[in-house]
Amino acid sequence: MIDMILETLQTGTGFWNPLTWIVAFVIIFLIVFIFRGMGNKSYKKGTGQTQAFLSGNKEYEKHQMHVQSSNLYWGWTESLKWVIDMLKKMHTGNVSDYVLWFIVVMGLLLLSVGLI
Amino acid sequence: MNIIDMLLAHAPALIIAIPLLGAFLTPLISRVSDKGRNIFAIIILGITALFVFYLASDVLANGPITYVFGSTAETVQSSTVIRILFEIDALSIFMAIIGIILAFVAVLYSYAFMEKNTGLDKYYTLLLLMTTGMLGMMLTGDMFNFFVFLEITSIASAALVAFWTNKSKAVEAGFKYIVISTVGALFVLFAIALLYGQYDALNMAKIAQNLGLSGFTFLDKIALVLLIAALAMKGGLAPMHMWLPDAYGRAPASISLLLVGATQASLYGLFRIVFTVYGDVISLPTVSIGWILVLLGIITMLIGVVMAIIQTEFKRLIAYSAVAELGYMALAIGTGLTIVANADPTITLQTAPFAMKAIIGGLFHVINDALDVGLLFLVAGAVYYATKETSLNRLGGLARNMKYTTVFFIIGLLAVSGLPPFNGFASKLLIYESTYQLNPILSIVAILSSILLLAIFVKVLHAVFLGPALPKFESVREVPKSMLVAMAIIAGIIIIFGLFPNLVVSNLIEPAANALVNNNSYLQWLTGGI
Repeated sequence: MIDMILETLQTGTGFWNPLTWIVAFVIIFLIVFIFRGMGNKSYKKGTGQTQAFLSGNKEYEKHQMHVQSSNLYWGWTESLKWVIDMLKKMHTGNVSDYVLWFIVVMGLLLLSVGLI
Repeated sequence: MNIIDMLLAHAPALIIAIPLLGAFLTPLISRVSDKGRNIFAIIILGITALFVFYLASDVLANGPITYVFGSTAETVQSSTVIRILFEIDALSIFMAIIGIILAFVAVLYSYAFMEKNTGLDKYYTLLLLMTTGMLGMMLTGDMFNFFVFLEITSIASAALVAFWTNKSKAVEAGFKYIVISTVGALFVLFAIALLYGQYDALNMAKIAQNLGLSGFTFLDKIALVLLIAALAMKGGLAPMHMWLPDAYGRAPASISLLLVGATQASLYGLFRIVFTVYGDVISLPTVSIGWILVLLGIITMLIGVVMAIIQTEFKRLIAYSAVAELGYMALAIGTGLTIVANADPTITLQTAPFAMKAIIGGLFHVINDALDVGLLFLVAGAVYYATKETSLNRLGGLARNMKYTTVFFIIGLLAVSGLPPFNGFASKLLIYESTYQLNPILSIVAILSSILLLAIFVKVLHAVFLGPALPKFESVREVPKSMLVAMAIIAGIIIIFGLFPNLVVSNLIEPAANALVNNNSYLQWLTGGI
């Protein structure tokens, strides 16, 4: 039973054994942790080191500095704007259009099995 | 035979009958006690779960089971009798396990989540009806019966999507869901009529046998197209997925979880039709149905992730991610089908073993998706319960107040993104490797989609749980224990499936994949004279 539980998953050309992975992960984590411990311990809480703006600009209250969801990945969404705009246009929210897409796919399927 | 043995012998019927009876008793019990009603619903689904697990152990140990409602003889005076057969093989029971886990967790979660709502007698009745329909779709071996259960699921689901009638968008989503479901079901019914008209049979195995003999007529092709299109739409495959974010996004979180199961039941129907009913003739069309599924899968993944990344509503974002996840299943099963349904006799499962791995990966992903996406929906529900907020732009810093929920979200995030050592990684690895052998571009798109899923949920983690504490959420507290337990059950299964993937694959997924591919075993029951 234990053998079966611990058995490696054969994925065809490869394999996957999470328990081996976890052991490797723990060893790597420990190595990183040891290296981290050797680092420079110059961090001082509550000093200029921890300020958001080194330029001396006035700092907002902490809760005002939360980066909101819409601000994340703006570069990515900006560069793919044409794709996103196209997809947004496709998602009209109109149920008639939903049915239309169904008809389109059904038409393509009819074509593909040689009925049209 | 003692009463326990008798009950176990009728397990297939009881799996449907218990939640159905429970649904109609719920309003009655509701009149006596609200708390009693909630506990009653949990007990009903708990008992159903016991029967499902018993049946699973039986089917997996002893092979497929046929359960007959009505005449045991196929014909009486040379006429085909009207009766219903449940044909339960490893695939059906695998799906039923998913369905009952989701239903049980949903009802447990609802205990506290829906506590402050009115009309809960209707809520629990519909929830139990939806479960009945979903399980029926998974267990039946009769086409018309499948349609009936599809309708039961759809009607109950639509009502539950629109349960929060004070919110106009929920009502709108419910309306859209019922329109889409009705259109889909209409075409399913039309396809069944075409098959029935030709073969005088509604039993899937009987139709499959006749299809093999008739050699794929014009009407068979039309029926196949109608069934694929309708079930793919109900299964949320792009570009027919647009109802899904509306419905998943607006339903109560517990219902979103159950909707994942209902969507997968439709996908199961699609796979059953293509592999089992049309198994003998599926290689005949000029264009491979397998490649069509692959194409739909790729489109679904890409549209799902791109649309998810720009969402600002928590549950709508998860819903688009769920769309992307459905794409993986279609891609994997389609990859398997390209080989199974290949007209070239030199290309078989033996010469192209990756096809079987693709199907195993696809089916493993069905259960993983249900768990991972389901957990994320429950987390979104917990956040809404605690904050009454759904916009990602207005949330933040909740990890301080909701530690357990945050941990559950991180588990869901890592699992759905396919990161090791979670369950999503194992199934996705199988999919990447197998699709690579069909065409490397397919696996590249699949990996890219996974990376984007990770990006999407890291964004949610930051937007909702990390960052400074927001003054408006100072009084926010962790959600009630029943909700935490519901999330913990799913998180626990995710971790177990992640740590011991081979245990699941060899005992549950491989038998299901064999049942899907080998339609002869399904048809052999006919020779038993049932």
